[in-house]
Amino acid sequence: MTRDDKGKQMFELWLSGNGVEFVSQDAEESYRQKVTRIMDAVQLEKVPDRVPVCPMTGFFPAYYAGITVQDAMYDYDKAASAWKKYVFDFEPDAYLGLFLAPPGKFFDLLDYRLYQWPGHGVQPDRSYQCLEAEYMKADEYDHLIQDPTDFWMRVYLPRVFGALKPFEKLAPLTDVMEIVITCGSFIPFGFPDVQAALKSVMEAANEAVRWAGVLQDVDREVQGRGFPAFFGGVSKAPFDIIGDTLRGTHGIMLDMYRQPDKLLQAMEVLTPLAIRMGVSGARAAGNPLVFMPLHKGADGFLSDEQFKTFYWATLKKVILGLIEEGMVPFLFAEGGYNTRLEVIRDLPRGKTVWLFDNTDMARAKEILGDTACIAGNVPISLLTLGTAQEVKDYCKQLIQVAGKGGGFILCNGAVIDDIPPENLHALIQSAKEYGIYA
Amino acid sequence: MEKEKMTELARALMDLNEQKVYQLVEEKAKNGVSPLEILAECNEGMSGVGDLFSSGQYFLSQMLFAAEIFKNVMNRLEDIMPREESTASRGKVVIGTVKGDIHDIGKNIVVNLLRGSGFEVVDLGVDVPAEKFVAALKETGAKVLGMSALLNFTYPEMKTVVEEVTKAGLRDQVTIIIGGAPCNEQVRQFTGADYYAEDAVAGVNICKKVYS
Repeated sequence: MTRDDKGKQMFELWLSGNGVEFVSQDAEESYRQKVTRIMDAVQLEKVPDRVPVCPMTGFFPAYYAGITVQDAMYDYDKAASAWKKYVFDFEPDAYLGLFLAPPGKFFDLLDYRLYQWPGHGVQPDRSYQCLEAEYMKADEYDHLIQDPTDFWMRVYLPRVFGALKPFEKLAPLTDVMEIVITCGSFIPFGFPDVQAALKSVMEAANEAVRWAGVLQDVDREVQGRGFPAFFGGVSKAPFDIIGDTLRGTHGIMLDMYRQPDKLLQAMEVLTPLAIRMGVSGARAAGNPLVFMPLHKGADGFLSDEQFKTFYWATLKKVILGLIEEGMVPFLFAEGGYNTRLEVIRDLPRGKTVWLFDNTDMARAKEILGDTACIAGNVPISLLTLGTAQEVKDYCKQLIQVAGKGGGFILCNGAVIDDIPPENLHALIQSAKEYGIYA
Repeated sequence: MEKEKMTELARALMDLNEQKVYQLVEEKAKNGVSPLEILAECNEGMSGVGDLFSSGQYFLSQMLFAAEIFKNVMNRLEDIMPREESTASRGKVVIGTVKGDIHDIGKNIVVNLLRGSGFEVVDLGVDVPAEKFVAALKETGAKVLGMSALLNFTYPEMKTVVEEVTKAGLRDQVTIIIGGAPCNEQVRQFTGADYYAEDAVAGVNICKKVYS
């Protein structure tokens, strides 16, 4: 199958609802209408019936329902009702499900060190926060490059999950081969602390399964009533995988100067893994959109040359690899991308979505408009502090500029947690009011 | 500072020539150059880095690398540094990331630039409650308070800090600056701060203005 065939197949799968039971024919039609609207905006072949509106919500559904973030992370049923209530009350063209509200109990059981979350360093009504650190040391690139899975298993996991510290003692799995003394590789699994770690893996896994069940129930019900999920899979830029996950901002910035070749090599190694991750999630969900939050390539982080060499080279490979499998990479370009627009234009037409935050949308439309669907950029400061009328005025103007001739999805620029509900209504209403294409 | 007039060490630091910086510092230390003199040259280099940043030639990556080199030089000089700081401080600045937010990369860059520009900085760290800001202002008599944030739910918290400073009777003696990704003029108005700093150098310039 060609790239386009695969893309068409994924789109058909998404459009069909991928096994969703619709509550009525109206719901089914409404679902298909929304998916078509989004895909028309993405593919740049047809002008959609109107501008799609898909707010990027984080914990907004929890705040709106009057429950805390802690409730949402620990009481899955409460979270489920909150998310459903959000979708039914606001009627977006696509929704973000529970995947951004991870199970707190899972974090507890594994003693997760990568985040602070309610009850663990954060107040009950505040979102989790990532704790950046050097989870991979500067001199560990060779291990990562040689065998990334082994590095994750025996070095990274023991450092980010307190309960998995004993995994440091495991032997490399590739030592299991045709040689009769191979049972030696299994000895660490007999250590009491490793066995205790394995037990926490099973307990945490049970919790993850329980949470995923609730998540799927929400998806089934919401989609059954005519609302598509916005995203199928997730992935990241190789530079961010190393910068966010392993080395931290400080570490990766120094690596660019002190060991650029190792960093470049490691990102090449991670590239096919990032593609695999996005493809498998999207295939399982039957939805081609692969959400990719971009962090350390924004304006101000890197020089133009550094962006091209260190950030874009492998990100582009991931994007093309996903497209090759029929997926639609959805690049969430947080911060500003004003100095990156000319570079990121180098992509096949109608295969990606770029959500911008603090980027000049008129320029984005001008430079990227023939290449990609753009989305965004209603400011979070306006949504938090402005009036509903101010939000509507902003959206109206934005639709005129960025929505001209299709290829635009109306969204906020940075994730929505605690904002006045009337401002989110104003955002959504704006697309329905000002976004209709004649 | 014009590049031509810079000392070799200042220039090496500004150009991020890491090994050369260490080599020059080593030579100077061996030749009995006073640590304060070496430090002054490094400060000049850091200020050059700040200028390149504000003119759009340097970015976060260069700032972090420069700060790293500078930190290593400081560590090297620590043993031979005289106990009494003889250089006069340009002024005191209290700074921190507000309560509920634990991000500090941006704040740390501001701190480095301020110190490089000769300010005495009281860095309260992250997740700093209003009362801690107020106490530090009282204790140090600093005329500038800098608040940093990455998360937008900190808007009310920044406002609270401004209110607490007012309640403590310090508002007219202290210039309050906010900075960080979710800040802009609208946020400044909401919080009641005096300035919103678009980037680290803008923040430093406001401090210079206050203490000029």
